[in-house]
Amino acid sequence: MQINDLLNHTSEWLKGTGPNSDIVISSRIRLARNLSKYPFPHWASKSQLDGVLDDIKAAVAKIDMLKSSTLFILGDLDSIDKQFLVERHLMSIEHTQKTEKKALLVDDEEIIAVMINEEDHLRIQLMQSGFNLFEAWSIINRLDDDLSKLLDYAYLDDFGYLTACPTNTGTGMRGSVMLHLPALVMSRQIERVLAAVAKLSFTTRGLYGEGTQASGNFFQISNQVSLGHSEDEIIENINGLIRQIIEQEAQARQILLSKNRDVLEDRINRSFGILKSARIITSQETIELLSMVRLGSDLGMVKDIDRRTINELFITTQPAHLQKIENKKLSSDERDLKRAELIRKKLNLL
Amino acid sequence: MLCDICGKNPATVHLTEIIDDQMNELHLCEECARTKSSAMEQQFGLSDLLAGMVDFEQKNKEEGVPAVKCPNCGLTYADFKKIGRLGCGQCYNIFRQYLAPLLKRIHGSNQHVGKSPVRRAKAAPIGPAASVGAATEASPAPSKRKAGLQELKAQLAKAIEKEAFEEAARLRDQIRAMENKKNADK
Repeated sequence: MQINDLLNHTSEWLKGTGPNSDIVISSRIRLARNLSKYPFPHWASKSQLDGVLDDIKAAVAKIDMLKSSTLFILGDLDSIDKQFLVERHLMSIEHTQKTEKKALLVDDEEIIAVMINEEDHLRIQLMQSGFNLFEAWSIINRLDDDLSKLLDYAYLDDFGYLTACPTNTGTGMRGSVMLHLPALVMSRQIERVLAAVAKLSFTTRGLYGEGTQASGNFFQISNQVSLGHSEDEIIENINGLIRQIIEQEAQARQILLSKNRDVLEDRINRSFGILKSARIITSQETIELLSMVRLGSDLGMVKDIDRRTINELFITTQPAHLQKIENKKLSSDERDLKRAELIRKKLNLL
Repeated sequence: MLCDICGKNPATVHLTEIIDDQMNELHLCEECARTKSSAMEQQFGLSDLLAGMVDFEQKNKEEGVPAVKCPNCGLTYADFKKIGRLGCGQCYNIFRQYLAPLLKRIHGSNQHVGKSPVRRAKAAPIGPAASVGAATEASPAPSKRKAGLQELKAQLAKAIEKEAFEEAARLRDQIRAMENKKNADK
């Protein structure tokens, strides 16, 4: 697989399928793992990082689940390619910096993504569409078992999996669920919900993980604690919390429908109208308007557009995706033009 | 290409920054990049937070600690305090007495209860010279010792949970002695 092949492919997590996919975009689990014989990436020499990469490559070659995967060496990619991979949620922003000896392994379906030599030697990620953490866990657990037969992980019986940062020690697991909560935002209940999330030791982030702000009504919620609970317990805890948030969002949507239907319908259709006719549009505005259209589609107010098309537009209108589609570097102004063009094409064809 | 900030010098540094979820590319000359990066460093990061936490933990009890150095990777505890990252897996053993309370503060526990790696199968003995007898003699002992160790650790976790600290201290010393012996055997 070449990086350009991804352009014509819909990532698993964007398919808009799976449980509760009206409110939950995707579920993701990542495991942090290190090899016992090398220092952690930030403390390792270049030759040690080469050793890490070689050992992991050798192990990956023997694993059935990774048969149809491709390894990208980050140092070989230009800045648009790297940003493109971040926009697809296949790797972190941190992985685009100081790329020497860093690599990314992606399977053909974009379900599995493994960052090599990021903060830890291995950051294994599994993405699923909809609210599906247990399914994600069962797959990643098997993959992790297979890898651990071939690689000697840094592990202690009492502290568990050892990671560069002690905030990940133990299970090394972070489960995240990406939620679309427009009704809670509109009814100004979101602060209350997020405050409760924080109190329960969960973190809220924006679309692109650590350090990014929530925008377009998207919120990524994940566990903070990785030690002292089993993986199943951690997932059960996130699930319990997410179930409640889903219920609250669904209620808020019903209340908006029954009390403010006209206003809601107006907002949704105006958003759709702008997207279908704008000639210049920023990515921030795109995300906000698409969020309303997605809500409209969930509520049956916007017909003849499916969730998958909307989901895809969130990603294909991002800066690096536009530049990959156009196959050249574009200035910010040029991107705003091309973005509007792409959206019009997609939405008016329907 | 000229620098995005001063517009005078050629851009040699290329940055991607994210503001409000929008990724911006910046092409800077070296001078402007330096100014920019020192501004970025001033932002408060997780490692600062962690370092603060470590300080809080160790304020009273760690005189002389920063001199302790991990023999495997060379990281000192002072390094850890500065960068908020350990150097290697072995660091967790070396700095155990300082990390255990820190982990407890971060996670509310310092006892892993999740899965463990399926250990790499040991390579088969090479040729008939590596006697089968030696292998069968040697293997039961470590596994038996490990069971004892794990049992002790479970007891220790329980003791901590019950806040039976005297018992916990006794168990901890026992575990430490056992582990030291194990390491010496290696």
